Amino acid sequence: MFARLPETGAEAVVVAIDGADFEARAGDSVAAALLASGRLASRATPVSGAPRGPFCLMGVCFDCLITIDGVPNQRACMVEVAPGMRIDTQQGAPPLGTGAA
Amino acid sequence: MTTQRIDIAIVGGGLVGSALAWGMRALGPRLAVLDASDAHAASQGNFGLVWAQGKGLGMPAYVGWTIGSARAWPQLAHELRTHAGVDVALEQTGGLHPCLSQREMESRADRLERLHAQAGVERCDVRMLTRDEALARLPALGPDVAGGSFGALDGHCNPLRLLAALRTGLRRAGVVRTHCRVEAMAPSADGFRLLTDRGEVAAERVVVAAGRGTQRLAGMVGLSVPLVENSGEVLVLERMRRFLPFALETIRQTDEGAVLLGDSHEPRTDAALDVAVLGAIARRALRVIPALASAQVVRAWAASRVLTPDGFPVYAQSAAYPGAFAVACHSGVTLAAAHALELAPAILGGSLPAALAPFASGRFDHVRAAA
Repeated sequence: MFARLPETGAEAVVVAIDGADFEARAGDSVAAALLASGRLASRATPVSGAPRGPFCLMGVCFDCLITIDGVPNQRACMVEVAPGMRIDTQQGAPPLGTGAA
Repeated sequence: MTTQRIDIAIVGGGLVGSALAWGMRALGPRLAVLDASDAHAASQGNFGLVWAQGKGLGMPAYVGWTIGSARAWPQLAHELRTHAGVDVALEQTGGLHPCLSQREMESRADRLERLHAQAGVERCDVRMLTRDEALARLPALGPDVAGGSFGALDGHCNPLRLLAALRTGLRRAGVVRTHCRVEAMAPSADGFRLLTDRGEVAAERVVVAAGRGTQRLAGMVGLSVPLVENSGEVLVLERMRRFLPFALETIRQTDEGAVLLGDSHEPRTDAALDVAVLGAIARRALRVIPALASAQVVRAWAASRVLTPDGFPVYAQSAAYPGAFAVACHSGVTLAAAHALELAPAILGGSLPAALAPFASGRFDHVRAAA
């Protein structure tokens, strides 16, 4: 499991992960916040339901897809947390018409 | 170099050659599939429809052949599940050809009427739907959709899994699949000799089903199979919860949720992507199902089609060397069942089914073969 290194004073940023408040730090990616919260999986795959989570942490593997503020299939490692952000882990494929327009 | 002696050599291991081999698999090791390469394989780039409606205007024999294959598809899927252990995700829940204006509606209705008015054609279970009837079946249709035609026999499958299933099943049946390029073929006293880059093969009969290579190879055994240049592009969207209860002619949702948008017809054979073409495909799909606007594109590809000058298949038996056959068609998925269950046994018996006489390549004798 991941543990946060002693911080150098980055501000707390409160986000909601699956509906529960979590105190992330300014500058965290959504993936970092997810891992710091003790979760490894951002989603269950649409086909087999296998868990997937942050892996490459640099935007290329597309394993850390997650729903951010209602928009599914965002790469958690490429989006920075913001106050009040709603982060929801995914179960299977999202329905038609829920992506970013 | 030793010569491999077999009963039947199928040149080409794509969907057409593999489906034919499936229907002849009882031969086991006396049947060989000689497959040069998967490069430019139409079998790995196609859309995956099992489609009967609207096909056969100008070639009445094609109507019944296509309908017969669509009807036989459940049996092929069953065989592949049983003997290859692969579910090819066949869904024949119908197919919609959407029309985006009254003019398109009239043109579609007219086409179907002329198709079914041809002498002796079997009537396909297809009917025009009003906008309201289409909406009742698929609420996601956009305001531009004026209606469409709905074919009850139509459907789709996973074409990559189909190819893999055929190859797995053939391997289990003891059929040999050799990666080699056939450089030359020549009639011999007891059949044909095939010179490949990996040795020589002697076969009593030879079936050329080599996709775009068919033109070159068929010529070596007295058959002329002209092909024209054609390729198409496909866009793949991210997986979504299933919302399409049936396939549309250019939009289908796979059993695993991905949505495929097709398809273009371009006069070329390379696999280059053309962004303008992809844009046109996407724009039309958005008029049909506007909610797709929020879906992300995850990949796109182009693949060549194996297309004859009139668009209909060639099924030919050489007059000079009756043990030589050639097959060329672009509907390798739809026709897979007919190829495996009807054509293959006929070739085993030594001649093409009478119903396929109109598909002989002699119909192109007045057409200069495309280079």
